[in-house]
Amino acid sequence: MVLRVKKHMAKQYQLYLMILPAVIYFLIFHYGPMYGIQIAFKDFRPIDGITGSPWVGIKYFERFFKSYQFWRVLRNTLLLSVFQLAAGFPVPIIMALLLNQVKNMKFKKLVQTVTYAPHFISIVVLVGMLNVFLSPSTGLVNHVIRLFGGEAVYFIGKPEYFRTIFVASGIWQNAGWGTIIYLAALAGVGPELYEAAKVDGASKLQIIRHVDVPSIAPTIIILLIMNLGRIMNVGFQKAFLLQNPLNAETSEIIQTYMYKVGLLQMEFEYSTAVSLFNTLINVVLLLTANRIAKKFSENSLW
Amino acid sequence: MIKTNVLNDDKVFDIVKTVILVTALLLVMYPLYFIIIASISDGTAINTGNVWFLPKGINLEGYHRILKDDMIWIGYRNTIVYTVVGTSINLVLTILLAYPLSRKDFSIGKYVMIFLMITMYFNGGLIPRYLQVKNIGLMDTWLVMVLLNSVNVFNVIIARSFLKSSIPETLYEAAVLDGCSHATYLVKVVLPLSKPIIAVLLLYYGIAHWNEFFTGLIYLKNEKLYPLQLILRSILIENQMQDAMVEDLSDTNQKDIGELIKYGIIIVSSLPVLVIYPFLQKYFVQGVMIGSVKG
Repeated sequence: MVLRVKKHMAKQYQLYLMILPAVIYFLIFHYGPMYGIQIAFKDFRPIDGITGSPWVGIKYFERFFKSYQFWRVLRNTLLLSVFQLAAGFPVPIIMALLLNQVKNMKFKKLVQTVTYAPHFISIVVLVGMLNVFLSPSTGLVNHVIRLFGGEAVYFIGKPEYFRTIFVASGIWQNAGWGTIIYLAALAGVGPELYEAAKVDGASKLQIIRHVDVPSIAPTIIILLIMNLGRIMNVGFQKAFLLQNPLNAETSEIIQTYMYKVGLLQMEFEYSTAVSLFNTLINVVLLLTANRIAKKFSENSLW
Repeated sequence: MIKTNVLNDDKVFDIVKTVILVTALLLVMYPLYFIIIASISDGTAINTGNVWFLPKGINLEGYHRILKDDMIWIGYRNTIVYTVVGTSINLVLTILLAYPLSRKDFSIGKYVMIFLMITMYFNGGLIPRYLQVKNIGLMDTWLVMVLLNSVNVFNVIIARSFLKSSIPETLYEAAVLDGCSHATYLVKVVLPLSKPIIAVLLLYYGIAHWNEFFTGLIYLKNEKLYPLQLILRSILIENQMQDAMVEDLSDTNQKDIGELIKYGIIIVSSLPVLVIYPFLQKYFVQGVMIGSVKG
């Protein structure tokens, strides 16, 4: 017996050793920085280090809340992500429901192969593509507009177009990819359900409504919760790359603001305070979404 | 009577479905196709809007100038190094973490999962991380490009689900009877059976490294260390052509060739991904499906 326990422990130590490198990585690059969050409440002096710098309370949070940027970046962040979610979330679901009805395997495969592809394009290349296509003098989109007798538009330089460009390009890039998970869920629907529906004389639309949609509802809810939890992290890199002084009115979001004050103006404490505010809202949204999901259905993240 | 109605409804539905899917197909495909034809067309023809469906006046000057440029080659080389080394690190750490977590008898497994999940939703933010990297002395070194994103929690969960669901527990019991330790079992039994998940991890991590630009932007000052994406950014987005690209050109030519260079460079930088894409497709579909198994 004792021998067995010893043997078991000896085997467990190998498991401990295996996870060690990753645990060290997380401690250094994830938990280490969490310790650094305290500089949001301090006047950071590099010489004294994080621990040695004096506490100043919520000075930097107050500064953020009182700054003229506060409402602007908060509104831009929320609007951008709400639009993105409202416009982008249903598209893969609809596409998957339609694709699931396609009997011609070649056509189905073609649509899938082509619509997945943009997912693998880098964010730099995507924004580069937007720049060349939307260019007022040489871009494809304005050539089309001129072809129909319209006036060329400087899309990237107009604040009123920023959200549309951001959301539409996001759908272009990720809608196809998003269908995979729903198609997988649809593949798991039992054939007897379809048979029964057909016997009852259901039309294809009725089958989608009464068989397909209820079957993928759990997947939809889980993905929705995960998206809500990320609502404050709206594609920071894309917003950052698409941004220019002309469209800042609508393109400045919390994260781009945090980057600018932090790394360009070197206001470490202020930037950390802004970022902490962002994270806190995120966590609250995630917890709320999860609670709502739990209340109305059996599906939740935990 | 009812039957014909259903048939009619279905017919209308089929037409609407086909129209929607074909439209989606064209909307995604045309911009990609246009970039290819534009990159080999005459610069003036593109800029005046005369290229639509076929390339006009084949002109490879764009590619010629791209390939002549040193910075492109440096970026390419750096990105290949970062991708190969970074992905190897990713793979080893992820498997070493996912295997113990997939074992029911691993006593602290639950706590390790919580330890990992916390980092998905909560992090120190940009500046504390920046200060940490600085403290460790990784600023402006190539190591920062391969170490910073060593493990992705989502990928760990995918790998763990795969190991849990695809490798029969009886294999482990048999191996233990033969006196096999976890390490030997992992190497001799689990890894050979895990080819699909290894392919998926290679793909996800590899693409992430290939497309990475932000880490370079923040932590690298030395241009010789720049990844390809950072060089792309200056050309595509900030409109800064490298000198070698546009020297000996008049102003009008510069504009035309400049556009050609932009289209060409999109192709050149995405080429490796485009080439391997068809071979990898079955793996990434598999990957999402494995991942959708709730772990």
